[in-house]
Amino acid sequence: MDDGSELSLSVAHIVRRLKGSHLHAQIERRAKECLHQPEIRLDSLREDVRRFLRTSGWERQLQNAVYRELQVQRPPSHPAAPLEHLKEPLAYMRKAQACWEKRVLKSLNSMSAELGVPLARMRPAAEQKELTSKWNEMGTDEPDLTSFRPVFAPKDFLEVLISLRNPNYDSSEDVGVRSHWGLIQVPLDVRDIPQLRRAYAELNLTTGQLGIDDHAHIHPVVVEQDSAAAQQYSRQGCSTGLRADLWALILNSNNQPQDAMHYEQLTAGVVQHDLLVDSLIYKDVKLTASNDDYYFVFEDFLYQVLLCFSRDTAVLEHFKYNSATPPRSFVQGKGEDEECAVVYPPNGVIPFHGFSMYVAPLCFLYNEPSKLYSVFREMYIRYFFRLHSISSSSSGVVSLCLQFERLLQTHLPQLFYHLRQIGAQPLRIAFKWMVRAFSGYLSTDQLLLLWDRILGYDSLEIVAVLAAAVFAFRAENLMEVTSLGSAEAVLADLSTLKVMPLIQIFLFATAI
Amino acid sequence: MAGKVKWVTDIEKSVLINNFEKREWVQVTENDDWNFYWMSIQTIRNVFSVDTGYRLSDDQMVNHFPNHYELTRKDLMIKNIKRYRKELEKEGSPLAEKDENGKYNYLDFVPVTFMLPSDYNLFVEEYRKNPSSTWIMKPCGKAQGKGIFLINKLSQIKKWSRDSRTSTFVAASSGKEAYVISLYIDNPLLIGGKKFDLRLYVLVTTYRPLKCYMYKLGFCRFCTVKYTPSTSELDNMFVHLTNVAIQKHGDDYNHVHGGKWTVSNFRLYLESTRGKEVTSRLFDQIHWIMVQSLKAVAVNASPSLTSSTANDRILKYNLINDTLNIVAPNGDVPDCRWNRSPPREALGNYQVLYDEELQAQSDHGERDLRTRSGQSLGSKGTKGSAGARPPAATWK
Repeated sequence: MDDGSELSLSVAHIVRRLKGSHLHAQIERRAKECLHQPEIRLDSLREDVRRFLRTSGWERQLQNAVYRELQVQRPPSHPAAPLEHLKEPLAYMRKAQACWEKRVLKSLNSMSAELGVPLARMRPAAEQKELTSKWNEMGTDEPDLTSFRPVFAPKDFLEVLISLRNPNYDSSEDVGVRSHWGLIQVPLDVRDIPQLRRAYAELNLTTGQLGIDDHAHIHPVVVEQDSAAAQQYSRQGCSTGLRADLWALILNSNNQPQDAMHYEQLTAGVVQHDLLVDSLIYKDVKLTASNDDYYFVFEDFLYQVLLCFSRDTAVLEHFKYNSATPPRSFVQGKGEDEECAVVYPPNGVIPFHGFSMYVAPLCFLYNEPSKLYSVFREMYIRYFFRLHSISSSSSGVVSLCLQFERLLQTHLPQLFYHLRQIGAQPLRIAFKWMVRAFSGYLSTDQLLLLWDRILGYDSLEIVAVLAAAVFAFRAENLMEVTSLGSAEAVLADLSTLKVMPLIQIFLFATAI
Repeated sequence: MAGKVKWVTDIEKSVLINNFEKREWVQVTENDDWNFYWMSIQTIRNVFSVDTGYRLSDDQMVNHFPNHYELTRKDLMIKNIKRYRKELEKEGSPLAEKDENGKYNYLDFVPVTFMLPSDYNLFVEEYRKNPSSTWIMKPCGKAQGKGIFLINKLSQIKKWSRDSRTSTFVAASSGKEAYVISLYIDNPLLIGGKKFDLRLYVLVTTYRPLKCYMYKLGFCRFCTVKYTPSTSELDNMFVHLTNVAIQKHGDDYNHVHGGKWTVSNFRLYLESTRGKEVTSRLFDQIHWIMVQSLKAVAVNASPSLTSSTANDRILKYNLINDTLNIVAPNGDVPDCRWNRSPPREALGNYQVLYDEELQAQSDHGERDLRTRSGQSLGSKGTKGSAGARPPAATWK
């Protein structure tokens, strides 16, 4: 298929996506309104209207919207590609994901049955009223959560990833020096240091990294409101005063009144219905964020975001390109008829232990709930979902794990070998960092610098690179340890690490 | 060096004792020839009371200035600030400038405050100007949040109304302890919907010339309960008061983090949500208030040395360590003739807040604002932005 038809396919796809959107309606309205203006002439109507839209900033908004569509979901490369290929091209990965999902859903259902708690129930009026009055301080509620267990913990998920096998790949021939010492045994294509150096050229040791310097004035990127430019800027780190605006710009999350309205509707949904997953969320927040030195302050915000998130059916969109499929459950009393199946929870995402840590760092940037919500949701459907679903995506957790292991094995073979010998497979320690994109492990200012690069490069790869860089940094101490426990101890506290120097040295100063 | 420093303390806290022992100082009793005495407030009071007339010898050092209560007692503090402001006004100092409403441009850092019962009538006059306002009552001699309450009706402080000519140091037998009453600020900055205060440590090594250091690792203390200005919550001290001592008994007190944030977290949050300029200005103003208060002789003398969490213990240990390094560099026996200029390396996590001597020296040389000692304060200066800080003449 030639480039021309691929391009027109993409264009058609994007047009389809944006047609009928709120932005479309707004631009149409503005275009109609501008007809009254004197500088719009009939004989040059098209050019004049176009110029008007450009100077009034609407073209830029359209540009940002198109950019967003390109980022979030690559248009199909072939008109005949089945939808499931968009989610995940490799059959064995799809199968593994489906299996995993079944397990998770089963766990949820049996919890519901055991505890006698329905998956969803309507709240009685008195309870609704109480919740409304307590909306801003749900953290003071002390429901009895002792019998609730998280549906799964990262280490359960790791076991599944370790057991992944490509049935078409015979690795038995691969014994010896070139064999893979790590836990991930699937042959995905991951980048090595020379390739990473090219891809992350802006992180070169000789290039200044921001986040340190003052920017007393508003950067032109913000003034221009250009998503693509903001993304490029973010590669070298955002200045603390500008980060909130820049991230919102990159994510095209721009304070539309319908966003605030949508958020209000979601909060109404929370008040009306109680979901079983709500208890899971409560428990997760209480166990993780509430005990964190940085994030405990924002406990209430976390409930406000996550409870709404569970009910947001707009999130279902992202399953088009997520290898996962939203779990379905059956409404009680209506039998097992497929037509009576509903997605559960409404957004199709079952939270697991540590989930709230995806939201927590954002509380340092946004103190208005609906804005915080918008930005989080966009971050989730672009990046975070990849950290807990099985796929071949280069930003997917499987690739990150493999990349981490390969980087370590290639550049710190002695260390890897030693750790392996003492029963301390590096991935077993690094996995929990990567699944959370390091949230809760790094100090907040450092975490934000890391997430600047996730956004700037539109990829989670940097997370794997950092994980390897941390091991490289503590290599000396790690060589001395003789057990998994002591290895964990050496790597228990990452709160003093400075991420950018570590990454830069690992990528650009490692001898190859 | 004449020998090891001999120390005494009547406060049995590990953060102190560990620091003395690690320097291999020798513990003695108060009747011995001691060099260094870390005293509790009561001891200071006894030792330096007017009757005893105790004087330190040249090789002795204590952890509080004898007049520390000028800083501890709230009524004395307010008196000192009011007097200081009047003095500056009399001198015609630009610092005492007022705006068209009579508010101080640069010295407006204390809300409207009166002493009770002595200023009762003045208070009532002010109260009547705005009868729906809330006021906060604080006992003069107590700390850690004890005895504080809020009022919004005159009837709530009836018992301070009679005998307004009684002196503020009223005897306990009359049943009317001295209080200060201030206008309550009901729109505080909230983070995560919660109210918080700042606990910053300042070390003063000499008043004349004034040399003071601020510990860089201060912290914010959060209320565990959501802040609400509603009157029904006036009685809920967990909402309004942030002292850990009070918060510790609330149901939601979390023993892992103690409801605290480091000042650098706070700074990151502010810069991220409000911008760098506003944040820099805020910190400049905070430092400004500290120096002016010290000049008016007004600082609280009794930081809690009780550690509530492991992190807290580490912080206080390091704080005492850095403090001792400044006041007794090289672990030397104190000598009152020492000029109290510690070498830069000895500062640890303290930064110079104000050094009057250095200030005076730089005035004789070339006048370059960037090299003055005050420049080492975290922010890069206000770069001439409009704010409460006056230009050039500031630090004198």
